[in-house]
Amino acid sequence: MVSKHSLLTLAIQLRQGGFSLDVSVETEAQAVAIVGPSGSGKTTMLDAVAGLRRPDAGLIQVGQEILFNSHSGTNLPSHERRIGYVPQDLALFPHLTVQQNVLYGVSNAATEEHGRPVLQILEIQELLSRTIDSLSGGERQRVALARALMVRPRILLLDEPLAALDIALRDRILPYLERVREELKTPMIYVSHVPDEIRQIADWVIRLDAGQVVGSSVPAEAFGAETGNLTSPTRRRER
Amino acid sequence: MSELLEVTGFTVLMASVATLVMLPPGICVGWLLARRQFYGRSVLETVVTLPLVVPPVATGLILLKLLGRRGWLGGVMDSVGVDIVFTWKAVVVAMAVMGFPLLVRSARAGFEAVDRRYEGVAATLGASPVKVFLTISLPLARRGILAGAVLGFSRAIGEFGATIMIAGSLPGSRTLSVAIYRHAELGQDAAAAVLIIAAVAIGFVAVHVANRLGVAT
Repeated sequence: MVSKHSLLTLAIQLRQGGFSLDVSVETEAQAVAIVGPSGSGKTTMLDAVAGLRRPDAGLIQVGQEILFNSHSGTNLPSHERRIGYVPQDLALFPHLTVQQNVLYGVSNAATEEHGRPVLQILEIQELLSRTIDSLSGGERQRVALARALMVRPRILLLDEPLAALDIALRDRILPYLERVREELKTPMIYVSHVPDEIRQIADWVIRLDAGQVVGSSVPAEAFGAETGNLTSPTRRRER
Repeated sequence: MSELLEVTGFTVLMASVATLVMLPPGICVGWLLARRQFYGRSVLETVVTLPLVVPPVATGLILLKLLGRRGWLGGVMDSVGVDIVFTWKAVVVAMAVMGFPLLVRSARAGFEAVDRRYEGVAATLGASPVKVFLTISLPLARRGILAGAVLGFSRAIGEFGATIMIAGSLPGSRTLSVAIYRHAELGQDAAAAVLIIAAVAIGFVAVHVANRLGVAT
């Protein structure tokens, strides 16, 4: 039974090769962090919410909107889900300018108007005429975030958005994410390995391991006084 | 000199038209093979590659049977007053059929090189599959497509076997290859040599461009 106050309900069963994702999450938290070792299914979970991978069975509901329900046969295609997805590699379109990237999903003037605060919060205006190649790491993160937010997403999916940045740059970008959370009130799922980052952004933490939820709590309980990276520095692309 | 200009101009014009004709289906088939799993995919892949391995003369004969007045397609075309065989249109058909596999292979490689992540993210931003194709896949695969077009064009320039079968060797619709063959047959080696130099020059430029675009021939 799905609570009517839940912001996010995920019950995803997805098998791919030898890997099996079987998670069940229901939360009223606005910003949910997903933590877990590489290969635990974090990216697969985000892909399923974004509609880029179809679960074998389950339910994906954001607010009152059902995006996928295997019982009723509902499966909204990606382009009808209104999801703001920032993947780990950002996937900024290399052949488009910053402005074209940021406005890619903007279909009308009203949406563009809505997007003005996004550009201000993320300080994108001065970057608009630049090419993607010419951006620094931090600028790329902000552009990818702006592009995802411009479509007025019903939920924001951030897959280790600060992973490629050094600590100084990460500290400069985090306040932007906090402003996004505070001022735009967009629900988000935030995948990260860094406790300090999660404490600042998330109000609920879900631990994944081998495709299963192995714990969930508020960040203070999840990490205590823990700092630093939760996994080895060796990174590899998620399944 | 007038023959050189006439034959070279005609050949380049026909190869250009053939390239334009094969581009839309070539891009579609290249994308299908790169991005979709469907029943009959391997059959399509094989059929598309066939002109590369079947003797061009045999391909020409098949086209002649298909497009002649008594052929399946030729009969229909004839009923609406369109003649294909032994006209410039036959030259275009022969060139397009023979260049098509090269275009498809290169376009397919171009599409396969596009990171699917871009297409996925574009979809999450509200882009329909058609918009994703036109604004993301197509521009990012453009080098492969362009290289394929250049290779297809080069193949069209050098086309002989299918062309001679379906278009013959008539004045006014004679391509470089056909004209070279005719001069050689008549023992006019000097005239043939001039046309050979033109053919080599065009082929050199085309293959050089294709290589610069980064797709292996």
